Amino acid sequence: MKNEARLMQGNEACVKGALDVGMRFFAGYPITPSTEIAELCAEKLPLVNGKFIQMEDEIGSMAAVIGASLTGKKAMTATSGPGFSLKQENIGFASFTEIPCVIVNVQRGGPSTGLPTSPSQGDVMQAKWGTHCDHPIIALSPSSVEETYYTTIKAFNLSEQYRTPVILLMDEVVGHMREKVILPNIEDLEIIDRKKPDPKNHKPYYPYDDSVDDSVPPLAAYGEGYRFHVSGLTHDKTGFPTTNPDIAEKLMNRLIGKIENNKDKILDYSTEYLNDADVVIFSYGSTARSAQRAVRLAREEGIKAGWVKTVVLWPFPEKLIDEICAKSKTIIVPEMNMGQLVLEVERIVAGRAKVERINKANGQLITPNEILDKIREVK
Amino acid sequence: MDRIEIRLSGSGGQGLILAGIILAEAAILDGKNSVQTQSYGPEARGGASRAEVIISNGNIDYPKVTEPDIFLALTKEAVAKYLGDVKKGGKLIIDDSIELNDFILEDLKLYQIPIIKTAREKVGNEIAANIVALGAITGITEIVSQESIIKAVLDRVPAETIELNNKALHEGFKLIK
Repeated sequence: MKNEARLMQGNEACVKGALDVGMRFFAGYPITPSTEIAELCAEKLPLVNGKFIQMEDEIGSMAAVIGASLTGKKAMTATSGPGFSLKQENIGFASFTEIPCVIVNVQRGGPSTGLPTSPSQGDVMQAKWGTHCDHPIIALSPSSVEETYYTTIKAFNLSEQYRTPVILLMDEVVGHMREKVILPNIEDLEIIDRKKPDPKNHKPYYPYDDSVDDSVPPLAAYGEGYRFHVSGLTHDKTGFPTTNPDIAEKLMNRLIGKIENNKDKILDYSTEYLNDADVVIFSYGSTARSAQRAVRLAREEGIKAGWVKTVVLWPFPEKLIDEICAKSKTIIVPEMNMGQLVLEVERIVAGRAKVERINKANGQLITPNEILDKIREVK
Repeated sequence: MDRIEIRLSGSGGQGLILAGIILAEAAILDGKNSVQTQSYGPEARGGASRAEVIISNGNIDYPKVTEPDIFLALTKEAVAKYLGDVKKGGKLIIDDSIELNDFILEDLKLYQIPIIKTAREKVGNEIAANIVALGAITGITEIVSQESIIKAVLDRVPAETIELNNKALHEGFKLIK
């Protein structure tokens, strides 16, 4: 049976998706434009036997999410740029200790306190490199209310499947916009839960066992009978610290590899008019909607323009850029920042096509006409 | 392309974002697509505030209003700030308390009507001006059906204010010149 169409806000869709996929713990420190996520979690979690806690700050809330996840709960926090900066230390801890969790960042204009009520895409690089040293991370960016619902579910599924923090990069427009959605029935959703050790199998349990086939060791829940150590220091399979360079090297390779080697399964993008396109707009987040409109308008003028929207920003869809380079002459990258994901596009293109930027960091969406003008200019 | 853009503007606290939400919900009840967005400053009350709604039978790509077909304003500051890009031939629905001599209204269809006064005197509470405005917009533009806007208003407002809002809406319907 199909559900009825209804008007829903992006932040509300995020909470609905999180609850439907099984989120049962939220810790946060409310900040515009993500506040509705905390408010709705406070209202809805107690109804499903879940827990909401407002912590003393963003650092504490990220720590609480990690602790909750170690007890087996699906846990989430939500913030915006300034709070995202504060969470970085603990995001790195979760990444290195392989603790599944979802961090929502409803991006607003910045830097610093910036433009609290305006959109931006300024945290694309912070999502990848905000915490120190190499580490595995997944970052997703939705462009509509309905996509926010599904992308939140995807964020939890990926975090559970790969034992990693997943960052959901929304922006003020997607978060605050209300839009018509028709939600699926929960029983029709694909829901992935983390692997746990099998209690019937009496072998010793190693939380960082690197002999498992898929590079993702099972994670026991604290309180269910397994005792194990979790440390931000470089650790061996037991979780206890080591300075052995061979173990350290193997660990780093496994951590990076578990995402890189599964890229094809993680990536998620849509395209329109790509086959004969001379000019391709490579877009993500709410900017993708301006890009889609611009490409449709360009096609009406007879310009061979094509459209790409990627939901997964990290890992970056390198092969897709290769495919575009094989057919198209120019790639335009519109972003509500001073040029971030375009750096990755330029790196992969490596001179095989022309890369053009459209950047805006004044708190306003890039309009379809701004992109259309650029298409006309480069065609 | 069938895409109707509506901008509702006034002062923060006049309930224009709520009016936008209700209008978008009425469009869904009519079986159409709709998107509602807003622009607001850090202040909770006062300052120019706007809510925008796009209604379409098809897919809505760009979610923001660029050239409103319908423009509502309840304060002079909102007219000054948001009138600029209204589409040629667009419909202006402006509260009659606003002095319009300073503005160029060429190629626009003006409906200057007593929205705030109706809320205050006929409905009995100025706070219902947003709902009177929704009635007037529906009456003048028929962008949503009367049946859907009635249902959308009554579904959204607090139970104890249903009677007040129902009256406000129906007084709004009557404001067609």
